[in-house]
Amino acid sequence: MLKITDLVKRYGKGDPVLKNLDLTIEGESVVSIIGSSGAGKSTLLRCINRLVEPTSGSIELNGTELTTLHGRELRAARRKIGMVFQSFNLVDRLTVMENVQSGRLGYISTWAAVMRRYPKKDIRRAYELMERVGIAHYADKRADELSGGERQRVGVVRALMQDPEILLADEPTASLDPKTSEQIMGLLRDLAGELKLPVLINIHNVTEAKIYTDRIVGMRYGRIIFDDTPDSLDQEAMDQIYSGSPHADRKTDMKEAS
Amino acid sequence: MSSTPDTPDTWRKPPFIANRWLRWAVYLGIITYILWVGASMPIDWERVADGLGRAKRIFGGAFPPSFDRSGLLIDGFLESLKIALLATAGGVALSVPIAFMAARNIAPLPIYYLGRAIIIIARSFHPVIVAIIFVKAVGFGPFAGVLTLIVYSIGFVAKMLAERIEEIDFGQVEAMRAAGAPYLSTLVYAIMPQIMPRQIGLSIYQLDSNLRASAVVGIVGAGGIGATLANAFGRYDYDFALAITIVIVGAILISEGVSGMIRKRIS
Repeated sequence: MLKITDLVKRYGKGDPVLKNLDLTIEGESVVSIIGSSGAGKSTLLRCINRLVEPTSGSIELNGTELTTLHGRELRAARRKIGMVFQSFNLVDRLTVMENVQSGRLGYISTWAAVMRRYPKKDIRRAYELMERVGIAHYADKRADELSGGERQRVGVVRALMQDPEILLADEPTASLDPKTSEQIMGLLRDLAGELKLPVLINIHNVTEAKIYTDRIVGMRYGRIIFDDTPDSLDQEAMDQIYSGSPHADRKTDMKEAS
Repeated sequence: MSSTPDTPDTWRKPPFIANRWLRWAVYLGIITYILWVGASMPIDWERVADGLGRAKRIFGGAFPPSFDRSGLLIDGFLESLKIALLATAGGVALSVPIAFMAARNIAPLPIYYLGRAIIIIARSFHPVIVAIIFVKAVGFGPFAGVLTLIVYSIGFVAKMLAERIEEIDFGQVEAMRAAGAPYLSTLVYAIMPQIMPRQIGLSIYQLDSNLRASAVVGIVGAGGIGATLANAFGRYDYDFALAITIVIVGAILISEGVSGMIRKRIS
């Protein structure tokens, strides 16, 4: 269970990008976060695995408080949080297998990583997952030889190799064509079910959010203003989420939130 | 398209210095200074005339080049090659960590300043000056040459590599961090592959460059073919000196060609 309480993120001295935000994700649900650019979706996701430092508030994953961790403990916690990126963030010049195994870097020694001496069970797991998403035959290919959809599959497998307790996906389909985009969304949904894994997806495509996810969270400039099933997302709610201007919304008193 | 009579039909690029008076003052100032410098430089035309005669004697003595002592020549050249190879290996090995220290996007601020400082110091002195210091410190011979060229290599390779590190796609680093990878593993997986082509190119270029520089630093006593050349000049063996010069030019041409070919292959 992921439990976010009173989360605030402020860059420098500016207005907060996330304002007293509360969000709880239980079980193996697939949750999408929608909202216009600059609403704070990406910042929220990155606060969870601490790629971005939260200013205040609490984030708890299965009983571990994440916001206070440092060094080794932080790395151990990050292993349990898989992340899929919009631009895939694969290492272009490495093979697909190396990219997939880089999800295990938190578990193996630097020496083993440098020498590419991956544990047998990691290699078996990599082949299983690659087989599952249909990229096993690319294991020895360089990552930059693959198409967008294939690359994102590598990204997904890399995240799953971490043996995560939650999967974060930051606009995983924004760099893909519509058809590939649907395949990846379907894949994320199916994998969530198969691996009993909660998945949190930032997404711009509301139609896909409605089809592929169990719950939709609507953000407007730092606040959650909608949180319900896809069916309840009507035109009025949509207008609410996608209206407003960043400056006006962020300036209003923080106490007003939620 | 409508155009009123007021629409201008001439346009001039705005001058670099907007103020007309200041602009002309700057131009005039620069021209005057150059003329004054030229006029005030003490040029003794008599010595120039003497020099012409001496040059004639040197070149007269140099032709035809003499390869009689080719044993000495080959020894000197091989020593230069060894100096260049050792210095490149040592210089590149030291440059990699220094480049990581001097890359703003991955090094903490104090480390970054330290890395930059090392690079600036290594770059601020010409190899000949560094060679003079090392010859004083460790004595005549190839060891001084190796040390000199290691410093010279760091100044160039570490600087260029640091700049490449600052240009990397940081998303790959982010992905490793998100996976909980330790610092060194992140460097090896996310950064090394991105900078590797540049690293190889720089090393080959530096080998070529060190071979050239090793001839120069040899003249001040740091070993190699430069030392052989300095000795030949000292003993007025101009024909041998010309032979050495021909070999140096030939070797540099070959190494430049080879390194160019290799660098083209990897890019």
